[in-house]
Amino acid sequence: MRLSCPICGERDRREFHYGGAALERPAPEAGAAAWDAYLHLRENPAGRSRELWYHESGCTAWLVVERDTVTHEIHGVTLAAGGR
Amino acid sequence: MRLKTGGLIDRGTALRFRFDGHDYTGFRGDTLASALLANDIRVVGRSFKYHRPRGVFSAGSEEPNALVTIGRGAGAEPNVRATMQELRADLEARPQNCWPSLHWDLLEVNDWASRFIGAGFYYKTFMWPRKFWEWVYEPAIRRAAGLGALSGAHNPDRYEKAYAHCDLLVIGAGPAGLMAALTAAEAGADVILADEDALPGGRLNGERATLDGGAGSDWAAAAVARLRAMPNVRVMARTTVTGVYDQGTFGALERVGHHLDDRPRGLPLECFWRIAAKRAVLAAGAIERPVAFAGNDRPGVMLAGAVRTYLNRYGVAPGRRVAVFGNTDEAHRTAADLVAAGVHVTALIDARPDARSTLSVPFYPGGVVTGAEGRLGLESVRFEAGGRSQGVMADCLAVSGGWNPNVHLTCHLNGRPVWDDGIAAFVPAPGAVPGLIPCGAAAGVFSTAGCLADGARAAAEALGGLGLTAPDLPQPEAEDAPYRIRALWAVPGKRRAWLDLQNDVTVKDVRGAAQENFRSVEHMKRYTTQGMAPDQGKTSNLAALAVLADATGRGIAQTGTTTYRPPYTPVAIAAMGAGAQGKGFAPERRTTSDQASRKRGAPMIEAGLWYRPSYFPKGGERTWRESCDREVGWVRNAVGVTDVSTLGKIDIQGPDAGAFLDFVYTGTFSTLKPGRVRYGIMLREDGHVMDDGTTACLGEGHYLMTTTTAAAGPVMRHLEFVAQVLRPELDVQMVSVTEQWAQFAVAGPGSRDFLNGVLDAPMAEGDFPFMACGEVSVMGVQGRLFRISFSGEHAYEIAVPARYGDALFRALVTRAEGMGGGAYGMEALNVLRLEKGLLTHAEMHGRVTCHDLGLSGLMSSRKDYIGRAAAARPGLVDPERERLVALHPVGIEKRLLPGAHLFAHDAPAVREAAEGYVTSACHSPTLGHPIALGFLKSGPERLGETLRMVDHLRGVETWCVVRPLCSYDPKGERTRG
Amino acid sequence: MRFSALRILSEGLTGNRGWRPHWRDPEPKSEYDIVIIGGGGHGLSTAYYLAREHGLRNVAVLEKGYLGGGNVGRNTTIVRANYFLPGNSEFYSHSLKLWEGLEQELNYNVMHSQRGLINLFHSDGQRDAFARRGNAMVNQGDDAELLDRDGVRKHLPYLDFDNIRFPVYGGLLHRRGGTARHDAVAWGYARGASDRGVDLIQNCEVTGIDIANGRVTGVQTTRGAIRARKVAIVVAGRSGQVAAMAGMRLPIESHVLQAFVTEGLKPAINHVVSFGMGHFYISQSDKGGLVFGGDLDFYPSYAQRGNLPMAEHVMEAAMTLMPMIGKAKVLRSWGGIMDMTPDGSPIIDKTETEGLFLDCGWCYGGFKAVPGSGYSFAHLIATGRHHAPAAKFRLDRFRTGAGLMDEEGTGAQHNLH
Repeated sequence: MRLSCPICGERDRREFHYGGAALERPAPEAGAAAWDAYLHLRENPAGRSRELWYHESGCTAWLVVERDTVTHEIHGVTLAAGGR
Repeated sequence: MRLKTGGLIDRGTALRFRFDGHDYTGFRGDTLASALLANDIRVVGRSFKYHRPRGVFSAGSEEPNALVTIGRGAGAEPNVRATMQELRADLEARPQNCWPSLHWDLLEVNDWASRFIGAGFYYKTFMWPRKFWEWVYEPAIRRAAGLGALSGAHNPDRYEKAYAHCDLLVIGAGPAGLMAALTAAEAGADVILADEDALPGGRLNGERATLDGGAGSDWAAAAVARLRAMPNVRVMARTTVTGVYDQGTFGALERVGHHLDDRPRGLPLECFWRIAAKRAVLAAGAIERPVAFAGNDRPGVMLAGAVRTYLNRYGVAPGRRVAVFGNTDEAHRTAADLVAAGVHVTALIDARPDARSTLSVPFYPGGVVTGAEGRLGLESVRFEAGGRSQGVMADCLAVSGGWNPNVHLTCHLNGRPVWDDGIAAFVPAPGAVPGLIPCGAAAGVFSTAGCLADGARAAAEALGGLGLTAPDLPQPEAEDAPYRIRALWAVPGKRRAWLDLQNDVTVKDVRGAAQENFRSVEHMKRYTTQGMAPDQGKTSNLAALAVLADATGRGIAQTGTTTYRPPYTPVAIAAMGAGAQGKGFAPERRTTSDQASRKRGAPMIEAGLWYRPSYFPKGGERTWRESCDREVGWVRNAVGVTDVSTLGKIDIQGPDAGAFLDFVYTGTFSTLKPGRVRYGIMLREDGHVMDDGTTACLGEGHYLMTTTTAAAGPVMRHLEFVAQVLRPELDVQMVSVTEQWAQFAVAGPGSRDFLNGVLDAPMAEGDFPFMACGEVSVMGVQGRLFRISFSGEHAYEIAVPARYGDALFRALVTRAEGMGGGAYGMEALNVLRLEKGLLTHAEMHGRVTCHDLGLSGLMSSRKDYIGRAAAARPGLVDPERERLVALHPVGIEKRLLPGAHLFAHDAPAVREAAEGYVTSACHSPTLGHPIALGFLKSGPERLGETLRMVDHLRGVETWCVVRPLCSYDPKGERTRG
Repeated sequence: MRFSALRILSEGLTGNRGWRPHWRDPEPKSEYDIVIIGGGGHGLSTAYYLAREHGLRNVAVLEKGYLGGGNVGRNTTIVRANYFLPGNSEFYSHSLKLWEGLEQELNYNVMHSQRGLINLFHSDGQRDAFARRGNAMVNQGDDAELLDRDGVRKHLPYLDFDNIRFPVYGGLLHRRGGTARHDAVAWGYARGASDRGVDLIQNCEVTGIDIANGRVTGVQTTRGAIRARKVAIVVAGRSGQVAAMAGMRLPIESHVLQAFVTEGLKPAINHVVSFGMGHFYISQSDKGGLVFGGDLDFYPSYAQRGNLPMAEHVMEAAMTLMPMIGKAKVLRSWGGIMDMTPDGSPIIDKTETEGLFLDCGWCYGGFKAVPGSGYSFAHLIATGRHHAPAAKFRLDRFRTGAGLMDEEGTGAQHNLH
């Protein structure tokens, strides 16, 4: 499996660390249900998924990866921090 | 029998080899299989279940019968296909799965009992008495099962792994692959051409058909030579592409050393390649399939294409009187080659009633073989033709049931091949693997001309995707015969007809499975073990599917197909795991004090990837405890030095660094003044403790965080996550400086005096109070000093750039020894922290909260931080939770053991009564008795209570009393003083 | 039809013509008392115990593919009861007791072989953690023995004791741990359930769950609508998709776990052995293949296949631990889709919809749980009350934080288990 890091280019999967579904962190006072959803409940789609990956053995950028969980096709990779 | 002339072998180089204890001779260019056939060796192995005698069946990696063990001693290799093992000088091969000998095998009784031990019989018996399964039945089954044997010794051979990258990977170097590679190479693409065979060329090396009027093998050799001469092409012979993975990643196994008479030292036996290719062309050819009929497993029954290969490539006639049976023109081609080689063809049997032959051999159109006879080798063949059953003498029967395109690799990403009625075979599903284009025989194109054209077409398509233009290469003249097949899978009959030769699966087994309702392909496969043997059913899966389809009244396409998974051919664990044997499994990290520590005799133990000294033995000490107690005494009474460089060190800078730290720690760090250090706890977002450590403020917006050794990596990843994903608006940057700084703890009541002798400018009265930090000059080197303590003593940590670490450590230890102290190791470090009730990951084991550790006070209520919301869940603040306490022994038996469980004083030691467990324990030389830390339900509320500690495993049962966490200097006067 | 040696003999002498289907292939009826979605190991054992323990026979198992085609057919066949946290401890203990005697109960040889399992440890810290685990196992009434280095050497003389990167300090021996023939477990339960009247419907995919006024009323399938008073979801690997038909979102992320088998070899490894410093566990099947596996590929996947990095890691671990198997050749690899829960422990619970039950989240521990899960789930479906050994497998534990069973201590990120 290979991923294209926007900074480093295409690299082998073993340079990266998967870091969970790309979700919005709730506000501190959002309540138990919102926190439960953020921490535990997952869409877990069989198909297109938005995920966070970390280019751990590369530039250390956190990436938002759009990926298909059935075919493993990668539709897009962007920097999680945006243009920074 | 070796033919007088012909073949691509080097008749000038004779090679001696040994098989089953006898010496034989072959030629360079032979495989073990061709050399055995040349020496008229017919029985080469025994089948898995019925121990039937078996002979060479194919000429390639699909071989189901001729599996042998190569070599002796530690490096002996079982289950080697004789068809793939190139002959080399003094090769030694042994047959497998037979006892006492290949020709007299005791377990042949299984064959006589076959009616009782058909597919799945073992699911129906061996159930009584219950204990007999492990004691009697299973050991007997295990001894009988298996094929070859491992040597039992550590692998003595070198294997390697490597990466390769290319524009285009061409898999297979037959006519299609060679044309594809030539086309892409001429277009300027970076090409890798991988071929399983030692001699690229595919079927061109096994056929008499000509290209441009010359021998096909000559054309192939010229094409390969041309490719090898091009700088943008790598031709990898003896390289099997074994697996397809995502985004154009391929696994490939190169057999580097198996064929060499003398393997140079350092040259690996095999190399496992990871190939990243932008595009790929699958030109893997096709595998011929047999037809099932009674006794079709006799030694001498062989695939027709293999017979031609042995004739044309190796100059070997697999028999003296050969019968040929087929359902396509392959049979005629085989008979013609035999005739041309001067071999007597006793019958040409073609299942197609409308077939014609111009050969002067006995010809039987519309005929089928109904039986093969001969126990240790084929003697005669029975067949039916024109409504008449007749027999013919034959010591070899060439069989062809048609060709199956090699679709295996197109299934590795879950592609399902599609049925093509025209060729009665499965072909690759379009787009099964993104970027991989099947062509030639692998795509169901069977004529040589068709393959050449299709290879060029596939390359052009791949080049288009790469932005390159395909050149118009001239195509050689070649045969372009149509492929006409009458599908034939199994000839009806009462006797056993084999499908899977290796696992001994017969037509009856598949029909029986259907009768018992194992009607899905997967059920049939799993019930009968069809296709599960080392050949992975390459020659048999489709016929089994066809028999199942027939038994269940469905079409083949409707019945489905079995899917193929990597690897295409078996790959040695040593190849895919190359480099890891011994110490190579993980990097070895060494501190700057490593050499000096080893020189002092310290046993170095693994701490994650690091090595750290366990203790520093002194003359006269007999046990590690004595050394440890002495080192603890040094720290408590004088001064000790230890290397703490393995702790993670993260340099954090930026205007928002303080706010950032406030968000990752439970406590507040933005108020920390330059020159000050603070202890912090970091939670995971789920509210449990992730790590602890100190963070020093080195200046305005500049912090140095320390982590535990184990958590250094995960914490760094976590901080980057917070900075980039959760709080991108914060202006903060961080970098790990763990390896840039060597850091040593200097601990003990004498540590201030000690340091003042080391620092270029001694500390003034009042300088560096507890939890202070600052820049210092140590023996002319700019360093950092932190007044922190993990021992409970007045202590410092002094850091210098790593290149000075070794020198500083030696200087510190020498000086400490002059003051009645010295170096201390991990054991003493652990005792010191346990006496103080300080934490390691034995306590922060991932399931605990601040509350459990007695650190709720560190959780700020005035800000948001990671884990705050989840830590407030009712289950995480329940006072009944197991919480950390210290334990001291009472009574006579004074052993406290980590891992022991805690119970109320009189409670039974069962799960329902368990109230906690011991996490860490040691003998405290300071207190003169053992101490421990442990988690106990409502622990801090039970101080003074006597508990029962039970360790079933080590047979220890004792009583202990619950104590506050800190057993030494609870007010911290020594630390601060 | 009862299976026995005598039956094999008599069938063999009469041409093996009398063997009958191991299970019936009925057409689905329009209504059942209970519909079980999922014909894998857990679904089939649930059906079996509903019929056997509770006398409920108007039951259908709906399977979208073939019976036993899920993770029960793609695992490393290990059976053990070596958990240490309350909740898991009693459940796996109960499940192992069901395994012991399963052949006789089902009249089907599932080849459960208690060949002994050894978890190796490589540091003092790991030894302490394994001691805690072993003591918890004995507290529970199961067996455990702590071996030192020499003790391990006696059982596993072929390990590399001299040159290994992470030396072996010792091991935790669980003598009752072992392996079983995975497919046979599914078939044995299928046959037992079918014989007791349960309808096993293959090639029948559930496309919708019918709910009216907060009560489940049936399911929609590719073979028509089926009414039911109770519906049980047991679809490891697809739990999220099926639960979504009932409007639920689950605490589950699906990950792939690879496993490998080598060519057949004469006996080389007698135990189940697991490495403590990398992801590698191995046993040898009765057919002679070395069966081994490692860790998740660590990205969500429904593809039932893995990638090279984890495959290589597993084989590297094999080479450092037992270089004796270097010349064994890997024949096949496969991937199972794991329902990964936040704490790595399963869920057997009711849902907010009356009559709808959920059994999922087995992570990579599902195979050994097949008997226990079916038994406890059947109890819950039949009686409406949690079965004591599985009473802690609640869905709400994540929301409340009470009773989390995080054996690996890695926390709520699904990918970290």
